[in-house]
Amino acid sequence: MKVSLAWLRDWVDLNPDVAALADELTMAGFEVEGRACAAPPFTGVVVGEVLEARRHPDAERLSVCTVTAGGDTRYTIVCGASNVRAGLKTPLAKVGASLPGGVQIKRAKLRGVESEGMLCSARELGLGDEAEGILELPADLQPGEDFRAALGLDDTVVEVNLTPNRGDALSVLGLARELAVIGGTTLRMPAMPPVAARSGERVSVRLDRPEACAKFAGRVIGGLNPKAPTPLWMRERLRRAGFRSLGPLIDVTNYVMLELGQPMHAYDRRRLKGEVHVRLATPQEPLTLLDGSSLALDADMLVIADDAGPIGLAGVMGGERSAIAPDTTEVFLEVAWFSPSAVAGRGRRLGVITDASQRFERGVDPAGQERALERASALLIEIAGGEAGPAEVTLAREHLPRRAPIALRPSYLKRLIGIEVPGTEVASILTALGMPTTPTPGGWTVTPPSWRFDVTQEADLVEEVARIFGYNAIPEIDAAMPQRPGAVPEGRIESRRLATRLVDRGYFEAINYTFVDPALQRKLFPDSPALALANPISADLAEMRVSLWPGLLATLGANVRRQQARVRLFEIGAKFILQDNVLKEINCLSGVTWGDALPEQWGIKRRAGDFYDAKADLEAVLAASGPAADFSFRAGEISCLHPGRSARIYRDSQPAGWIGELHPELARSLNLQPPPYLFEIELDITSPAPLPAAEEQSRFPGVRRDLAVVVDESVTFSQLRESVTVAASSLMRELKVFDVYRGQGIDSGRKSVALGLILQDKSKTLTDADVDSVMTAVRERLDRDLKATIRD
Amino acid sequence: MDLDSLVASGLAEIAAAENAAALNDVRVRLLGKKGAVTGQLQSLGKLSAAERPAAGARINEAKATLGAAIDARALLLERAAVAAELAAGAIDVTLPGRGERAGALHPVTRTRLRIEEIFVRAGFEVVEGPEVEDDFHNFEALNIPADHPARAMHDTFYFGDGRLLRTHTSPVQVRAMMSRPPPFRIIAPGRVYRNDSDQTHTPMFHQVEGLVIDENIGFANLKAILRRFVSEFFEKPLAIRLRPSYFPFTEPSAEVDCQCAFCEGKGCRVCKQTGWLEVLGCGVVHPNVLRNCGLDPERYSGYAFGMGIERFSMLRYDVNDLRLYFENDLRFLAQFERA
Repeated sequence: MKVSLAWLRDWVDLNPDVAALADELTMAGFEVEGRACAAPPFTGVVVGEVLEARRHPDAERLSVCTVTAGGDTRYTIVCGASNVRAGLKTPLAKVGASLPGGVQIKRAKLRGVESEGMLCSARELGLGDEAEGILELPADLQPGEDFRAALGLDDTVVEVNLTPNRGDALSVLGLARELAVIGGTTLRMPAMPPVAARSGERVSVRLDRPEACAKFAGRVIGGLNPKAPTPLWMRERLRRAGFRSLGPLIDVTNYVMLELGQPMHAYDRRRLKGEVHVRLATPQEPLTLLDGSSLALDADMLVIADDAGPIGLAGVMGGERSAIAPDTTEVFLEVAWFSPSAVAGRGRRLGVITDASQRFERGVDPAGQERALERASALLIEIAGGEAGPAEVTLAREHLPRRAPIALRPSYLKRLIGIEVPGTEVASILTALGMPTTPTPGGWTVTPPSWRFDVTQEADLVEEVARIFGYNAIPEIDAAMPQRPGAVPEGRIESRRLATRLVDRGYFEAINYTFVDPALQRKLFPDSPALALANPISADLAEMRVSLWPGLLATLGANVRRQQARVRLFEIGAKFILQDNVLKEINCLSGVTWGDALPEQWGIKRRAGDFYDAKADLEAVLAASGPAADFSFRAGEISCLHPGRSARIYRDSQPAGWIGELHPELARSLNLQPPPYLFEIELDITSPAPLPAAEEQSRFPGVRRDLAVVVDESVTFSQLRESVTVAASSLMRELKVFDVYRGQGIDSGRKSVALGLILQDKSKTLTDADVDSVMTAVRERLDRDLKATIRD
Repeated sequence: MDLDSLVASGLAEIAAAENAAALNDVRVRLLGKKGAVTGQLQSLGKLSAAERPAAGARINEAKATLGAAIDARALLLERAAVAAELAAGAIDVTLPGRGERAGALHPVTRTRLRIEEIFVRAGFEVVEGPEVEDDFHNFEALNIPADHPARAMHDTFYFGDGRLLRTHTSPVQVRAMMSRPPPFRIIAPGRVYRNDSDQTHTPMFHQVEGLVIDENIGFANLKAILRRFVSEFFEKPLAIRLRPSYFPFTEPSAEVDCQCAFCEGKGCRVCKQTGWLEVLGCGVVHPNVLRNCGLDPERYSGYAFGMGIERFSMLRYDVNDLRLYFENDLRFLAQFERA
């Protein structure tokens, strides 16, 4: 909310140091977001009075004016405004004046007539958008008076960011009330005497939904002068609050809302049909608001209606049919009380959020309607004449909020704040806030005022005491809590340990959005249903990822486009799997690697990274979870990977993830050449890890025997390992594979695999005979299981 | 040749020997069985018995002189050979080392781990929870009923079936309060979501929230932990300032400013000349929240706080654009290589 300090000063004495005042407000919970001068800087502008305005001899649209600025000097001013006329008081920028936007006023000839200055529009002085015509000043201003002083433009406008619980402070009255407490002064409530009824004109009002609208103050005012202008002082206050002037009938309602926090509405009496009542809308009931938007209402929306249908969305905005028009001479004023729950959320649902709805959904003082109606009546009659009908209040008292007394205990206060606040201070803080506080044997009984919707229980009072006592006056005290050693499940693999392994192998961690491009996701995972957002931020961030690959591939692509020659990325995070409409969030570690096996460097031949490079990185991660033997890689098919270069990963018999080359077709369509390698494992399957269990190491030497085995292409290394391991049984300590060869000397369709067996016994040195017999068993087993021949 | 000339020419030959083989030749020629000096010994027989001892001594002296010269020369030549071998083997030590280079953790992770570690040292436990939540855990339990104006502060992503993306990690706190008996101290780090995207907002970001529940916890305890935390995080003693604010789930509630870590409160570009940085939201847990989570507010009280990881990371590492965190540009990420 923007408010002028000059306006506030009418209500309460303020700290003259504006910076200190802003700090006081902020430290009391009313954050000052900005401070600005009420007008941009300008100099050399005074109040001028037009003595004579003649048509320019050579220009139809220009006038040549004689203007006085008080003394004997007469200024000749050429002016293009259509409203310039003798007797008008208007700002005069004299020669030498400096206006906003760097405009310097000099003597200038306009079509042959020299102008000794300029008469100014509001826009030229930075006082609004109105550029039509020069500013018309009140007749009681003295010519020659400094214009800034005359309008009080050296005023500060503060912008206060009000928290949603403090709707009561969304007004000059509300802020002044708080400032009086903060500053230890008193509120000066201006007198607002009732306006006597001079006509019997009235509109009858019925409250069909008293629980939603428990009070409706209304009054007819007729005989208004539709041509009356809003006085400059009111236009200025509205402008400083960020409101445009829309004619006195509307300006007055806005002014009263800003001043007293009571949103109100003025209907054109001519257009009301019969009785006004407050009821719920019928489903899909149409209503056109005065801003022209056509709505279809829901059945939980409260409307103001007459016999012909809705004339306003209660607490939000009036309807078009009964809106004030330029020729309106008779109005029906409404100052109603709507319950917050009857207004909350409705405007947002319809996309209509107004100053009224913001106030009503936070809570408007149910005791202030009469005063606001009288204030508005008096202002309206002062500006536009007319005579008032009787002020009538339709009331369902039993539905107005009641402020029940709250018990406040010193012990509770001390527990939540941490220190004891002196009792006299507690009572004086609460009393100053308008909460009558009476001592009781157990502390105090406190009754919140009608305007405080946020004070309903003891903790609310604690906050009020703490806020005014001062958060920064509360000391720091270390909490006294029991000291207990914490559980450290050693087998649980913290993701940071896995991350470190990949970082050490040249990977960079990426963090991608968990919502991804549905088109890309469909390409990769056509069969996996994904959870779609109802209100995505954009079409390409519209559904939850079913794998971390879509994000990683997009990030890879972006880096390739930035001319990276080699990319290694990983991410740790949740994927969102829908199975039979049950959602599972599964934490994964995923990686993508693209480009050479090693960074380009001297002394090592460049080699394109392949499946086995990616597999080595993944194996380094899996090694954190247990011995390699616990994991198996089985050729498997998933549509986004190359069918011959992909594997499903198992931990024992549980599927734990996938690894492989991106399917060449996808790689082409994503413009990733050569295709990248991807892996993904589910972390709740790879964790926990078994604890290390130390085994005794043999003290006898080991023996290495190499074997070149020729087998069919279809025989896998894992089959070879299985056979060799079974045959060598307990003597085998390690099996190395040091070459895989195809080509000359080997039949086509077959390959030669060079194995290195390291044999060792725990209880003796192996003899040649021992080793020979193992090797014979191995050869026989390979031949029998896999039709392997041994190459010598 | 007389002995003196022999020694003189022998010394000259030794000095001229350019390598071990040449030196050996010289040694054989002078001192070998058939060498020149050895030959002089044979001539002793021609001398009288009286002359023999002195002549013999002179010859031995010449042998010793030449032998020492040969040994010295041999040592010299050996050193020169080693030096030559080393010189030939010198390499360019400024060429880069070979192999893989290290990658880096994402700065959000780096910052999260730092925050976690500081709190873990204070006895907090790290807990996590789901990112797809329901209305109860994200709003209702936290004293934010439907149509509450505070919902406007959370631009929520919905799935249209009651599920939503959590707008804060507070649902983790709700789950903790509902499942574990006090006292406890927890922090809940994680991804959170708001439907908002501009220069200073990304639709996904990271928070760490903390919660302490015991029988006697209040605002003064909260102030103590937060001041210590920001000082440890920025590694310098920094004051904090609490401004009254509003969160539906805490009361009293506060926004926390810490003294600017760059100018130490003097005013600079980072703190926009205010000397303060807004870094946290916090408060004393609202009794309605305790009740909603099955805790008796007459017995238990607690404090809660929440902070944006990116905010702390930006301040710590001088990152000036939030969006960089989610672009994953390797050039940006590579700046966090230092472990």
